[in-house]
Amino acid sequence: MSRAQVLQTADEAVAGIEDGSTVLVGGFGLAGMPFDLIDALIRQGAKDLTIVSNNAGNGDVGLAALLKAGQVRKVLCSFPRQVDSWVFDGLYREGKIELEVVPQGNLAERMRAAGAGIGAFFCPTAVGTPLAEGKETRDIDGRTYVLEYPIKGDYAFIAAHQADTLGNLVYRKTARNFGPVMATAARTTIAQVSEVVPVGSLDPEAVVTPSIFVDRIVKVEARHYTVQGAR
Amino acid sequence: MSEPTIEHTVLENTGRAPLSTDELAAVIGHDIPPGSYVNLGIGQPTKIADYLPTDDSGNQTVILHTENGMLGMGPTATGDDIDPDLTNAGKVPVTELPGAAYFHHADSFAMMRGGHLDVCVLGAYQVAANGDLANWHTGRPEDIPAVGGAMDLAIGAKDVYVMMTLFTKKGEPKLVQACTYPLTGVACVSRVYTDYGTFDIQPDGVHVLATYGITLADLRDRVQVKLLG
Repeated sequence: MSRAQVLQTADEAVAGIEDGSTVLVGGFGLAGMPFDLIDALIRQGAKDLTIVSNNAGNGDVGLAALLKAGQVRKVLCSFPRQVDSWVFDGLYREGKIELEVVPQGNLAERMRAAGAGIGAFFCPTAVGTPLAEGKETRDIDGRTYVLEYPIKGDYAFIAAHQADTLGNLVYRKTARNFGPVMATAARTTIAQVSEVVPVGSLDPEAVVTPSIFVDRIVKVEARHYTVQGAR
Repeated sequence: MSEPTIEHTVLENTGRAPLSTDELAAVIGHDIPPGSYVNLGIGQPTKIADYLPTDDSGNQTVILHTENGMLGMGPTATGDDIDPDLTNAGKVPVTELPGAAYFHHADSFAMMRGGHLDVCVLGAYQVAANGDLANWHTGRPEDIPAVGGAMDLAIGAKDVYVMMTLFTKKGEPKLVQACTYPLTGVACVSRVYTDYGTFDIQPDGVHVLATYGITLADLRDRVQVKLLG
């Protein structure tokens, strides 16, 4: 399928997600978190999921609610432990969820590599630390690098500001975070947006994610939550 | 690299208390080169934002980078300025300054790894005499590890400054010969700013730049690392 579908509900947007899927979930804390897609995935009920996201849920909403629903087998993230990550913390301590900690830049670059067709890359981050243990290294020009492999998603859930009906996306402020990278790295990219506009309405110079990376779009209502709760 | 300093150039600030957190933030802010691109991480180092260099008109000359995808970060947002879509790396609501730019995570970390960021300031559990940094994990099995952008910053920024207390609550020095906590980065720290003293890490060892509320002799007694003048 090449052209993006504009769907009416988040439930339609997440239809067909299989048990055992790897889902890339945008957001940094709550900024850019695709809440409506996650809530729809809870209703849809796919289980045994691997989630790739910067954090492992904040408070009781979004990713935390998905974890609480028992649908997640494994989390790849850079920063699970936060003052409001009680859902993840509880599951982890009970041994009910697997965790792979990935340096934040490696998380982004490994998805970038997946989206760009790169087989693997040598990266200087984490050399000499426990997160590089067991990984292949190479000295290049007098510096040591670690071999890192791409992270591909079956699905990507991202939250953008506007989409045109072709699937071109623009974002808002730091809610952009992982969205543009994740959009490239999944077989099926699903974007929830605050507004869907006609083709030709977006400035082509300002499009951040070109439509070729986007498969499904759904407009959602703005959601208000307590920002302080995200600390 | 600066010339090795000689013993008598160490500024001993005795007859005063060790630096408070705000005083320490001011000392670091004073040392950040005007015009540089700087990342202040999360937590305590973000206080340095209040003490950055300004030009003759009082405008901040440093451009702040926040790893979640922004250059030109402004002060913490309050009241109606709070926007859930605009936060810093600590997920605190912030503001944007004129000239700000937003970008995605892969670009944000390319700025670090690619050597574009001039200075970052990080907290630490321990710093070793060779500049090894430990700041992400206690290593205790009951603790959940969380690294965030610490490893990328540690090896990426041109200069890595550490802001920390010199001693743990039990009085053990955090400037050590070799880190016992899991490493964040190898030989990556260039400056260590603490309440009792500031230190420059050079190929020949750890040079004391200044002491606060302690003499150099007493500092040498309390820190097991060889301290050069």
